[in-house]
Amino acid sequence: MREEIITSGRMNPLIDPYLNAWHWQIPLYLFLGGLAAGLLFFAAYFIIAGKENKYQTTVKYGPIVALGAIVIGLLALVLDLKHPAYFWQLYTTIRLDSPMSWGAWVLLLTSAVSVVWIGSYLKEAFPKFGCKIGFMRKLLKIIIEEKDNNSWNWKFNWLQKFEKYAQDKRKAWAWVMVVLSVILGVYTGILLSAFNARPLWNTAILGPLFLTSGLSTGAAMLMIMTKNHIEKLAYSKIDLLLIIIELFFITHMFMGFLASSEVKVEAAHYFLGGAYTVTFWINVVILGLIIPAILEALELLKFKIPVIIPGLLILWGGMMFRFIMVDAGQVIRYLY
Amino acid sequence: MRYGMAIDTKKCVGCSDCVVACQTENNVPHGYSRDWISETVEGTYPELALEIRSERCNHCDNTPCVRTCPTGASHVIEGGIVKVTHEECIGCGACIESCPYDARYFHPDGYVDKCTFCDHRIKNGQDPACVAVCPTHCMYFGDLDDPNSEVAKKIATRKTKVLAPEAGTKPQIFYLI
Repeated sequence: MREEIITSGRMNPLIDPYLNAWHWQIPLYLFLGGLAAGLLFFAAYFIIAGKENKYQTTVKYGPIVALGAIVIGLLALVLDLKHPAYFWQLYTTIRLDSPMSWGAWVLLLTSAVSVVWIGSYLKEAFPKFGCKIGFMRKLLKIIIEEKDNNSWNWKFNWLQKFEKYAQDKRKAWAWVMVVLSVILGVYTGILLSAFNARPLWNTAILGPLFLTSGLSTGAAMLMIMTKNHIEKLAYSKIDLLLIIIELFFITHMFMGFLASSEVKVEAAHYFLGGAYTVTFWINVVILGLIIPAILEALELLKFKIPVIIPGLLILWGGMMFRFIMVDAGQVIRYLY
Repeated sequence: MRYGMAIDTKKCVGCSDCVVACQTENNVPHGYSRDWISETVEGTYPELALEIRSERCNHCDNTPCVRTCPTGASHVIEGGIVKVTHEECIGCGACIESCPYDARYFHPDGYVDKCTFCDHRIKNGQDPACVAVCPTHCMYFGDLDDPNSEVAKKIATRKTKVLAPEAGTKPQIFYLI
């Protein structure tokens, strides 16, 4: 038997009795970042593939939701800082060693590119100037002029020129966004896997696993958003494939832990019989992966399934996955 | 020049004097601490073995905390001492997550704080507060690169261990066992 205690009464808040430095903000942000990565990836991919006419919701409305997710995620990140007013210091340095520095820059670039993207599609997405809320109307009127037939145009010439440029170079922007969205999706996993002090996180599979999960939540979101049956069915298929890949990665992760050093074996046992077993397997694997996979398979077999059910379940599973990983990762530690 | 410590687990009685000395010397806010005492008990009664250790930041050679810091606030100064520039710290917690020893904490003023090896004292040729105050003289501080320093001699002549070597951080606090 071996027992270890701190006898001097160290009780540093957020460190003792177990590490709790990161709360709901980080997993929420990881979830929203992954979701945005998925949405932007599909939008860019279908432009490159030349299928934008078939996937209208994806290219026109997906990036708007993605930008919203990034903005909320960034707000959560800033809230998480103990010195929120100093957040700008992230942008006075580039540190290639630090995943968080990478993340801060990639998020900035991704949101900039998605703003350009949304701008280039805005007229198609919202052909009529139908804003009814008074102050919003006034705000929009600063850069937008309303025409007689209820359509609208940019007030400034340079905005019109920029819009034209963005529309002409759409494929180039799509390539930039594919790369950025993959980096963003992988980064949400790398942020955790770069910590060698946390046995549960310190596995390279977390990058691809979080990317797959992000793409899957993105596809689920688009599945809910679209009204086009063909688009819906396509995302059902894509999601089914992504779920299978994700299940494979999760199995692979635990196999890797069980074949590794003592701390990693112990980390795996938290999920295979230990404190996180029920939460993880019910929320993430059964509700978030297996049931939606079955529902989507049934849909492909021509059963009528309301798409909102697998969609919401996948989003729920993706979010719970991040919450559980961040929480468990801080509890599981080296013992000496 | 490489500062390091040797701590004799056979001499330490776990009185916590080092903890209090550090809190006083460094103005550590009430309820926080930069160093602490751990006790490890092994075996089953009556066959028990007790080890008492005074622990703190290990001022590692391979510093995950400095690597993960997004702003460069965490850095290594002359002699291998790991420090935090308070003005550059945004309190993101990346370094706290990356420390296998849980040696860092959020200062209530919004930055991350940790042991500095009392660099303001060693500049004047004094030992860190914890070492200076130890009533059993179980701690040795000095230059590990100098083979004639007391700390280097202790490490050379005694059996030693470091904490969590498998984390790959190359800690520079050696426990004499």
